[in-house]
Amino acid sequence: MYASANGAESTVAGLEPVPSAQTDLSRSATARYSRATMTSSPSNTLSAPPDPTGRFGEFGGRFVPETLVPACQELEEAFDDAWSDPAFREELTQVHTQYSGRPSILTECHNLGERLGIRLILKREDLNHTGSHKINNVIGQALLAKRMGKKRIVADTGAGQHGVASATAAALMGLECKVYMGAVDVDRQALNVFRMKLLGAEVESVHSGSKTLKDAVNEAMRHWVANVSDTHFCLGSVVGPHPYPFMVRQFQSIIGDEAHAQIQEMTGAMPDLVVACVGGGSNAMGIFAGFVDEPDVRLVGVEPAGGAAVGRGTPGVVHGSRSYLMQDEVGQVEEALSISAGLDYPGVGPEHAHLAAIGRADYPNVTDDEVIAAFRLMSETEGIIPALESAHALAWLARAAPEIEGQTVLMSLSGRGDKDVAQMMDILADEMGGAG
Amino acid sequence: MADSFGRIESEFRAKRAAGRKLLVPYITGGYPGWQDAIRACAANGADAIEIGIPFSDPVMDGPVIQQASQAALDDGITPNAILDEVPNLDVEIPLTVMTYYNLVHHPGPERFAASLQRAGIVGAILPDLPLEESGPWCAAADAHGIETIMLAAPTAPDDRLPKVAARSRGFLYSVGLLGVTGERSSLAQTATDLAARLKLVTEVPVLVGVGVSNAEQAYEATRVADGVIQGASMVRRLMESGPDAVGDYVAEVRAAIDGEGSTR
Ligand SMILES: Cc1ncc(COP(=O)(O)O)c(C=O)c1O
Repeated sequence: MYASANGAESTVAGLEPVPSAQTDLSRSATARYSRATMTSSPSNTLSAPPDPTGRFGEFGGRFVPETLVPACQELEEAFDDAWSDPAFREELTQVHTQYSGRPSILTECHNLGERLGIRLILKREDLNHTGSHKINNVIGQALLAKRMGKKRIVADTGAGQHGVASATAAALMGLECKVYMGAVDVDRQALNVFRMKLLGAEVESVHSGSKTLKDAVNEAMRHWVANVSDTHFCLGSVVGPHPYPFMVRQFQSIIGDEAHAQIQEMTGAMPDLVVACVGGGSNAMGIFAGFVDEPDVRLVGVEPAGGAAVGRGTPGVVHGSRSYLMQDEVGQVEEALSISAGLDYPGVGPEHAHLAAIGRADYPNVTDDEVIAAFRLMSETEGIIPALESAHALAWLARAAPEIEGQTVLMSLSGRGDKDVAQMMDILADEMGGAG
Repeated sequence: MADSFGRIESEFRAKRAAGRKLLVPYITGGYPGWQDAIRACAANGADAIEIGIPFSDPVMDGPVIQQASQAALDDGITPNAILDEVPNLDVEIPLTVMTYYNLVHHPGPERFAASLQRAGIVGAILPDLPLEESGPWCAAADAHGIETIMLAAPTAPDDRLPKVAARSRGFLYSVGLLGVTGERSSLAQTATDLAARLKLVTEVPVLVGVGVSNAEQAYEATRVADGVIQGASMVRRLMESGPDAVGDYVAEVRAAIDGEGSTR
């Protein structure tokens, strides 16, 4: 839509400019996007699939051990087949409406909005079953795994939300489930570890490298290499080898599709800005998917300062795809360092790298202190305790408020903060007196 | 015809023709004693050596090689520091590197291939760079006389194996099992099965690696394959007992695959 309107415009330069799109474009990052698109992308919409090699622009691909190539090809075919099968889509929708609790609602934050001088509307993924957007992807992958005849799923997890969602879907669908989690995260997200065990999953603590999400992904991939014949790798974000970034985005796009209709109904218009936190980037890609072809809507993905792959990284290849990566001067992957286990990741999904490279989305980053303040702010003003991950989006809004005054902002509240309460109790002990 | 092969492939084909089974030990570059371990391998019957350049996220490696890589990284080892040492190794057999693609991608395939060539390295194994993604690297490697050893896996359907073999230079790495590097109590059935499938479709020397864990298993594998690659069993000895133990072990494997029956 967007690119073709723009492309057409450039070839008929003497004619009337296309209405509002153009005026906005000239002063925003999207101006760069329009130029890049005309030359590099043959497709008309940014929500199109990647090219046959799994690339979004220069990013993506399939950099995996040879052992996994046939499995990735099989998955790609199975996903394409399922996604275009109405029966599969119907089953997915049914599980979402009768089990996950979809559609998730929009909540307008009047108190916080007034405080920040913006109109703030939340997409409430925190209200989903298991407490975050992760269930959207996992239900899809678990149904697909069954359709492919797999008996087991193996998952990586950072905050434990993807692990809990995977364990949940496995329990529901009669699959065995094994979850790899970095030892650091096992400590700071102990509640989720126990939830996974209650749900019947096996949780394995990973002690290599930085002992966080990156290393959990490594270990899950190693497990997949060894068990590829009967095991599906249930990857938790829009990262990994093709088709994962695309497939996970499609499963998460329900966030943006719903929100697009809901916000139109609530406000009678498109928002000025859509904002989400970015670890691997699945909740962000999911909500962006509904708006990426709306040229007037600004997209902002917020990274943690200690895991700013887009903000501070350079192109690199890890976990199966080429994307922005925090790495040292020779190419060793750097350890991320963030208060939030779910964003503690040195890479980012390749589609985000592409959106950043062409200027369609911006990726600022926020500090742990800003996140703690935002976590408290939302709790105190709205009665909603956000996940620490989601609080990153609000932290950026709080900082950017003076520049976006009066705008309508749609924010992905990717998860609820119950899992973070114990960690915050330690952090805020001095100030708030802890549990006592 | 023979002239069109690189050094590894010419030597390996000639040795195979002479009835010799091929032995390629893997040693983690940068781990204390690695240079002497390589010399010990060369002195005790290795036909080529794979020098690991440690990477922060080695997804094809099990605990032993992960541990050695991490120790070397913790000591501050870099790809260049390893390559700078290569000319001082002073061994007669061909040397290859084994590393992960990001360390190639970061400087760029061209610069990386040039740096290998300068160091006197003649081959490269990149286990996370499958055929479909290998174009830019292979072009640079070919231009710098680096033989790119491709991996073939037990999961590959029949029509894939000849394609992988056709792009392999030096030898073809036949992945012995479904899994990562590390010692196993017995040789997996997949090891000889895949080697046999490959022997039917290619003239390139076929070496089994991943999960070949002792002299007896090496003997077993070489009843079908042209040779073996051994990593974790080498590196564990280097970590536990030092370079001399690696040399003794190479001699033991050599004797076994030569059919001298020392372990039978
Ligand atoms: C609530 C919540 N939000 C966000 C994330 C980050 O994932 P992504 O960037 O894929 O949305 C996580 C990951 O654990 C999470 O639990």
